[in-house]
Amino acid sequence: MKLYEHTAAELSRLLQAKEVSSVDVVHSFLERIGLFDPHLKAFITPTPLMALDTAAEVDNRRMRKEKMHPLAGVPVAVKDNISTRDLRTTCASRVLENYVPPYDATVIGNLRNAGMPLLGKTNMDEFAMGSSTENSAFFPTRNPWDLSRVPGGSSGGSAVAVSTAMAPLALGSDTGGSIRQPASFCGVTGLRPTYGRVSRYGLIAFASSLDQIGTLTLTALDCAFLMNLIAGYDPLDSTSLPQDEPDYTDCTDPEVKGLRVGVIKQNVSAGFDREVTDAVLKAASLLEKNRAEVTEVSLPLTDYGLGAYYLIAPSEASSNLGRYDGVRYGYSAEGSSVEAMFSRTRGEGFGSEVKRRIMIGTYALSAGYYDAYYLQAMKVRTLIRHDYEAVFKNFDLLIGASSPTPAFKIGEKTADPLQMYLSDVCNITDSLAGVPSLSVPAGIHSSGLPMGMQLTASPLREKLLLKVASFFEQERDPLSLRPQLELSEGGSP
Amino acid sequence: MTVDFSKEVDYVANLARLSLKPAEKERMAGQLSDILQTARRIQELDTTGVEPTSHVLDLPAVLRDDVNRPSLPLNRVLQNTPRPEKGFFRVPGVKDLAHSEE
Repeated sequence: MKLYEHTAAELSRLLQAKEVSSVDVVHSFLERIGLFDPHLKAFITPTPLMALDTAAEVDNRRMRKEKMHPLAGVPVAVKDNISTRDLRTTCASRVLENYVPPYDATVIGNLRNAGMPLLGKTNMDEFAMGSSTENSAFFPTRNPWDLSRVPGGSSGGSAVAVSTAMAPLALGSDTGGSIRQPASFCGVTGLRPTYGRVSRYGLIAFASSLDQIGTLTLTALDCAFLMNLIAGYDPLDSTSLPQDEPDYTDCTDPEVKGLRVGVIKQNVSAGFDREVTDAVLKAASLLEKNRAEVTEVSLPLTDYGLGAYYLIAPSEASSNLGRYDGVRYGYSAEGSSVEAMFSRTRGEGFGSEVKRRIMIGTYALSAGYYDAYYLQAMKVRTLIRHDYEAVFKNFDLLIGASSPTPAFKIGEKTADPLQMYLSDVCNITDSLAGVPSLSVPAGIHSSGLPMGMQLTASPLREKLLLKVASFFEQERDPLSLRPQLELSEGGSP
Repeated sequence: MTVDFSKEVDYVANLARLSLKPAEKERMAGQLSDILQTARRIQELDTTGVEPTSHVLDLPAVLRDDVNRPSLPLNRVLQNTPRPEKGFFRVPGVKDLAHSEE
């Protein structure tokens, strides 16, 4: 087995047993990146030299028998909206094309302290606004299962890096599905943790009450290793949860007997691709066969979630993105007055989806419309939270599709933003409720594309999600779920 | 009822300090009408007496101890500005100087 084929957990074991060096591991992944990334375009800024430096340092420390973190020497890729000190962080935007953060995000500090080599910063939709990674100002990323299709988004680069073994682990961010939907399109495991469980300090803001950093990995156990490192209280994030974090790696005893499981009616909708719904129902019957109590459950407000989300998220975005005025950082146009300079900077710097969301948000917050749009959306959010609280009195776990269809074609939805938004329809209400939500592979569609299933639990029950994910992995080895890249090693596509 | 956004585009773009080209305005008017029409469906719901959720956490306002801490040095703060000047951020004149000199 090649080093790049291993899970992060296995790499951790090999490194701790000194059977391999971190430099060898990093070289193995860099070789993959060199072969495949010119075609897939998952990385905006690869950082091979930094990765090798960290790897060499970790190897030296291990030789000196220093006590090391289990993930020391295991490389990682990071979405390009997470601030990295002295390494440009673009948000896939012209506005931040040359922006070099003067400080690290808290999660980046966690990775550095653990000695994890950074392989690079991954492509995404501009400012994380999108569901296909086509809104990147630089280039689209391609789906490794079918190069004519999108990888999903906005964390498309991170999902592709993990699914093609260009990185064993990756960080992404999820506001309304941006980890879970690309995870399902690429056939990997993607966790959106409970809101507040992972520090947002240094995550470039899109919609602050919804943004959450999370993981893209091959397996539940790999996710657990990464969560052990990044979850926890951070005094630098005033929305950080003070509760102690559990040991997430204690998730490989997948007992589902007695688990109360609700299949969300709205997320196995008749309007979805039939094979996607069938895959979810098949998984539900597998749980039932293993003596979980499975019933259908309705979350009737799901139909209103999209509307509430597309008012709340753009409203927060219009406020958060007010900072890009060309004065302190970022793209800057000339102008004879402050107003002219601001307007031109923003008009020239932002891409069309970002402009659309700023416009919706500014409208929803403006005098005369505030009550009918933004305030009403926040009240609907309360109703959605109540829905979840009521359901979780009777259920431990909710399941449904991660997205209504497998990956769509590049260009298929770019002219119709509303159709693009609908590909996140399964993910949005979990975000509004702030609950943990995990997308796991649910099989292969007849088109040859992977499908995803979303598992949801009440706040802070990430470990339950990982246990159930481990249960499904017993049935289907995640290592077998990798795209058969037609680019042969050393050859051309 | 359809939402006609074409009349609002200029007004909202000005509020957002966003200069848009004529073609962008036209395209945006149609797209925003569609999006808002879907979003407006939330107005069907009766929310009388419902408190708005601005945040999902029940956390109190977080205060830190009132002690001095080091902050970023000035050169780091200014490292990304396109027009640094003597330790400041430079912007075009806010006041119309020609006018005020009269």
